[in-house]
Amino acid sequence: MFHIYCPYCEELREEEEFHPKGEAHIARPEEPEACSDEEWGDYLFFRDNPRGIHHEMWLHAVGCRKFFNITRNTVSYEILETYKMGEQPTVGAEHLAREEKTASVQAAEGGQQTVGASDAALASVKGAQA
Amino acid sequence: MSNSVHVYDARADHATVTAESPLAYSFQRSGMPASGEASGEASGEKSRAVIGERAFLGHLILRGGAIVLDEALREVLGVGLPGRPNSLTVDADGQRSVQWLSPDEWLLIVPGDETFGLETRLRAHLGGAHVAIVDVSAGQTLIELSGEAAHEVLMKSTVYDVDPHAFTVGKGVTTLFAKTNVILRRPDASRWELIVRRSFADYVYRWLLDAGEEYGIGVARESRHEPQ
Ligand SMILES: [Zn+2]
Repeated sequence: MFHIYCPYCEELREEEEFHPKGEAHIARPEEPEACSDEEWGDYLFFRDNPRGIHHEMWLHAVGCRKFFNITRNTVSYEILETYKMGEQPTVGAEHLAREEKTASVQAAEGGQQTVGASDAALASVKGAQA
Repeated sequence: MSNSVHVYDARADHATVTAESPLAYSFQRSGMPASGEASGEASGEKSRAVIGERAFLGHLILRGGAIVLDEALREVLGVGLPGRPNSLTVDADGQRSVQWLSPDEWLLIVPGDETFGLETRLRAHLGGAHVAIVDVSAGQTLIELSGEAAHEVLMKSTVYDVDPHAFTVGKGVTTLFAKTNVILRRPDASRWELIVRRSFADYVYRWLLDAGEEYGIGVARESRHEPQ
């Protein structure tokens, strides 16, 4: 049992009231007819499954019934931010890398999962810079 | 597209069929323990929690932009839309209320015989504005909970924080109640209101009887409202 901040209700609400709805920020192809089968299949069915930072949609199902976004760490389950539909996240993979550098001592003791997440996050930062 | 919307007076006042409240059958089948107020010394103890049904009210769902709906409502009803999330506005005599449900959705509750007239006047005032008004009166009912232990009964039933200091007067939320949905609100210091789906009214009533047993929960007799 934990609390999630709904950006529309503007308060923390019980997790039971919410439903996860999958990866966020997937843009619908502007011209579906012009897509190849592979592009359309990617859009419809294929989702990232990152270890670390993930931006995903949630629904405040028993509440305001609005969709909104959550930035979540898939390793620790920590929710880093919630924001409305149409808005952009302020927390990305570099956040995780930074945070774990400062907590490197703990990360080293904390077992493989945390260290792995840090590596993945750093790799994706490099990817973004390239 | 046409602006013409067919609006029907859904109330059965002028029909020959008797309207039954959503809890009519529950009262018969599960009983109506006395609230201890009417019976006084005869029953000995006073209920610390009291259930009351306020059936046959008019429930309208308003959807659309806050500004255009607020303006129309002030004009037609003299009450403004609550702009803050999870808030509730009640008019001077406590008979009419508007509650925030989501950023573009409000619940308007008025005496039953005003529903049709109000919807008609709102539609006339709103003209072709991009809004929706839906009469959901038949789909839900309002159950009142009062008494010094009312919030304790709620604490056993809902995940929401119903401590009277946290859940202040004028607040209203949609949340979980005994695994079902409820609109829970506090119009004044002495009463809580639960708006439940008609099909769940019996379940919620029996849950309240069970959860309130230790507080000697009773049912207010005047709650058997007949439509005027
Ligand atoms: Zn919400």
